[in-house]
Formats: sequence, structure tokens, C-alpha cells
Amino acid sequence: MSAAAEALRSASVATAAPLLRLAGVGKTYRRGVAALGGVDLDIAAGGFVTLLGPSGCGKSTLLRIIAGLTEPSAGERRWAGGAAAPRRGEIGFVFQEPTLMPWATVEGNIYLPLRLAGLSRAEAAPRITEAIAAVGLEGFARAYPRELSGGMRMRVSIARALVTRPRLLLLDEPFAALDEITRLKLNEDLLRLWESEGWTVVFVTHSVFESVFLSQRIVVMTPRPGRVAAELSIDLPYPRETALRMTAEYGAWCRTVSERLAAAMAPHASGTAAG
Amino acid sequence: MNGAARRIARILAPVLVGILVLAAWEAVVRIEGIPRYILPGPILVAETLWTEGPSLLGSLLVTLRITAAALAAAAILGGAIAILFARSRLLELSLFPYAVILQVTPIISIAPLIIIYVQNTFLALLLCAWIVSFFPIVSNTTLGLNSADRNLLALFRLYGASRWQVLRHLRLPTALPYFLAGLRISGGLSLIGVVVAEFTASTGGTETGLASRLIEASYRLEIPRLFAALVLLSLTGIAIYWALSLLSWLLLRRWHESALPETE
Ligand SMILES: Nc1ncnc2c1ncn2[C@@H]1O[C@H](COP(=O)(O)OP(=O)(O)OP(=O)(O)O)[C@@H](O)[C@H]1O
Ligand SMILES: [Mg+2]
Repeated sequence: MSAAAEALRSASVATAAPLLRLAGVGKTYRRGVAALGGVDLDIAAGGFVTLLGPSGCGKSTLLRIIAGLTEPSAGERRWAGGAAAPRRGEIGFVFQEPTLMPWATVEGNIYLPLRLAGLSRAEAAPRITEAIAAVGLEGFARAYPRELSGGMRMRVSIARALVTRPRLLLLDEPFAALDEITRLKLNEDLLRLWESEGWTVVFVTHSVFESVFLSQRIVVMTPRPGRVAAELSIDLPYPRETALRMTAEYGAWCRTVSERLAAAMAPHASGTAAG
Repeated sequence: MNGAARRIARILAPVLVGILVLAAWEAVVRIEGIPRYILPGPILVAETLWTEGPSLLGSLLVTLRITAAALAAAAILGGAIAILFARSRLLELSLFPYAVILQVTPIISIAPLIIIYVQNTFLALLLCAWIVSFFPIVSNTTLGLNSADRNLLALFRLYGASRWQVLRHLRLPTALPYFLAGLRISGGLSLIGVVVAEFTASTGGTETGLASRLIEASYRLEIPRLFAALVLLSLTGIAIYWALSLLSWLLLRRWHESALPETE
């Protein structure tokens, strides 16, 4: 972990300085679909937060609102202490699907954010190489997306989000479509990168196991319209590795989180249970 | 059938059918003793093609030049109009109906007017061919420019891309296969446009296109020559289609589904 990242991490743990605060954020789509019904949420700088909830509860919508890709129809989103919104390239977004440009190679896809920022290919080259190495795709720089497996495409998408060295990384079920083995491996890779790079991560999933393994904090959401049903701080120590999945503490947390999720899904969930 | 056999069959089968049809045609002409000014046999047509070849080739070049110019104009202007349409919805709404009107009005009915108003024959023919060939490019390319992946658009927005960057790096590459599909249709259409316009103009002299030669031959009842010109026209159409397919394949072969083998 770099010194700066370390400082950021300990500061965030000590004071929990929010990077971003959502206050009463609601979203009603056209035709009256209420996706979110008033979400209050602080995102701490340097933290790893997971949004956990059933399909269709508005997780993707919330993530898009955090990124500024969708405007909330109620409430507001504020950057820490009235600080300026992140500049371009300071937010990395990984969509639920790989969302690659089929006409560009792996390299070309990862170059995109830097290209849009006006960097020449030569200037960008070292950072592209670095991002490719970070996701373990060495040797595939010249491949086209169609020549890659689903998991590799997802990794390209992650590398593209990393290449601008973002402060805030938003990941929308990035591993949902992958097999268990690849998924576990990418989970660990992601944690390793998070620890070394000092990002703030907001991760969306509907897997209890994945959320416990990865997160400092889990935000359990109710079915549509999505609200925060519970927030849990997972106190398992980092670095977390495969062995953790065998421990009793991990199992206990998975049980707790499952119960909270089940409670949130119950028809009469109040949606205000504290974590 | 395995791969190699299928490939051979794909070439051999149509060739065999062609040979059979030609043989039957020749046989009917000979057995029935049909006079050459009504229906020449394929051998006579081939002979005519050989002897008249050089003079017909000159006319073919004239036709080809206009066709190529019209197609280039359709590609450039059609592409530009599509970009304007994709940029401004208002512009598209106000102009698209007129593009449709131009498209559905039979060229044969506008051609005489164009030939009267436009003095320069080359330009008049060019305009006729352009009118019939620009529409597929405009409508296809507009569709392509508007088909950019919504999430990729969001990503470009997230990175603060300018409209020009979105066009250059997202909309244009997305539209390329659509544009090329339009171009392939337009290639055939612009040849038809030139032929129709030549029919209408029916200019005399040496600098005339293949269609004028065809009409001239029909007036003089030189049916073998008519057939020879017809064969050349068909071959030209095939060659244009083939060349545009090749271009499309070259540009898309590395990434687009249409240019990839079904199994690898
Ligand atoms: N662009 C849109 N227009 C209209 N309704 C939408 C739109 N996007 C999402 N919705 C609706 O909002 C609700 C929440 O959608 P969202 O994609 O945020 O769910 P999610 O929690 O990410 O689900 P999943 O886990 O299946 O990805 C859904 O009921 C969906 O129908
Ligand atoms: Mg989703």
C-alpha cells in the first residue's frame, strides 16, 4: 500500500470522512416505475462499500446516480464538505455487461479514457501496459473483444476503469456472469488492487458471500422501490484471502447478512433497521 | 458435406446450371432456326462481344465513370447528411420526408426534367444516378449513428467526451457496418440510375455510355450487339457488387459479426 493510500485509509477509518453523501435520493422513471424511494447513504473516502439487494431493487440506478449518469428525481447527492465534484477520469465505472467497443483491441478499449482526455498513444502506453498487467491480461493487448472469454472481457472493462487512476470506482455486478472459480479469483485480485491503490469502491452484487468477502460495509437494500434496509460493518481483517472463506467468523457474517437480506425482502420490512 | 466439398459445390453448382441453361438456349435457337434479329444464340453473342468488344468497352468506361462518380457523391453526401441528421433531430424531422419523396418518385419520371435543366450531360446523368443511390446510404447510416450502445454513450459522458469525440470514436465506428450495407445497395442502384438517365438522354456521338449503345442497337435491330451490351452491363453490376462486398469485408473482417466465419 502506498503511503498516501495508507494515510487516506486510516483517515477514513478514523473519521469516516464521507467522500459523497446521498440524502433522500429517489428515482421514478418515466411511466411511473419507482426504482428508488429515498436513499440516505454516506460513502467514506477509501472505503469498500457493497450495495446488496434483490434483482430490480434499484442498485444499478443508485450506482448511476452516484456516477452522475442519471439525475435523481428526489433528494440530492453532495460531494464531501461541499468539495468540487470529481474531475473527469476521477470516477471509474464498470457496467453490468463488459460494454467494450467491438472494433477496438483490448489496448484500444483501455486507451479510450486517456484518449478522451487528450493523451497521445505514446504518452498513454505505459499506463495501458500497467492496467493490462493489473488485471492479468498480459499477451492479449492486441486481441479483439470477440476473441476473449466472458471473464477476460470483464477484466478489460475493469482495466479501462483503472487506467485513469480514479478516486472513486463504481462496479455494477462485475462478476455476476462468471463461473465460481473465476469469480473467486477476481474477487481477490480486486481486493489486492483496492488495498494497493487506495480507491473508494462502491460495489453492487446480489451475492451474500461475495459481499461479505469484499466489503468493509454492506448496505442491504429493500425490494423496489429500493431503500436502505440495514448497514453492516464487516470487521474481518484485511488482507482477505481464500483461507478466510473457511473460517467460522466468515460463516457467521454470511449468516447475519443473509438474515438481514431475508428480513429486508419480507413483505413488512420496515426498511429502517440499523446495522 | 464437409467444408472443402461445400466450397467446391458453391462454385460448381451455379456454374453447371449456367452452362446447362446456355446449352439449352443454343439448342433451341438452332433447332427452331430462330433468326438472329429475334434471338441470337449465346455463341453468337459471345462472338459479337469479342468483335465489338473494343468499341463497347469505350462506352462501358463512360458508364462506369459516371456510376463511380455518382456512387462517390452518394457516399460522401449521404454520409454527411446522415451525420447532420444524427446531430440535429429537427433537421432530420424536417428533411427526411423529402429524402423519402425523392426516393419513391420513379427516376424515369424526373430524368427528362433533369436533362432539360442541367446542360452538361455528364452532370445530368450524375445527378440522376445520385438521386436513386443516396437514400440507402442516408437511411442506413442515420440508423447506425443512432445505434451506439447506451452504456458506451454513458461512459463517454462520464469521461467528459466532446460531441466530436463521441462522433469520431463511438458513433462513426458503430455506423460503419450500416454505411457499408447501404453502399452495397447504392452501388447497384447508381448503375441503374445511369442506365435510366442514358436511356432518357439517348445522346448520340462517340462519348456515349453503354445504355445508349443498347438503345441504338435496338433501333437498328442489331440484337446480337444488344445482347452483348446487356451482358457487359450485367457483368458490370456484378463487379460493382463484388468490389463493394470486398471493401466491406476488408474494413470489417477483424471485428464485425458479418465478416466473421460462423465457426472458427
Ligand atoms: N431506463 C429505465 N427506464 C425505466 N425503468 C427503468 C430503467 N432502468 C431501470 N428501470 C426500472 O427500475 C428498477 C430498478 O432497476 P435497476 O436496474 O436499478 O435494478 P438492479 O437492482 O440493478 O437490478 P439487477 O440486480 O437485476 O441488475 C427496475 O424495476 C427497472 O424496471
Ligand atoms: Mg443492475
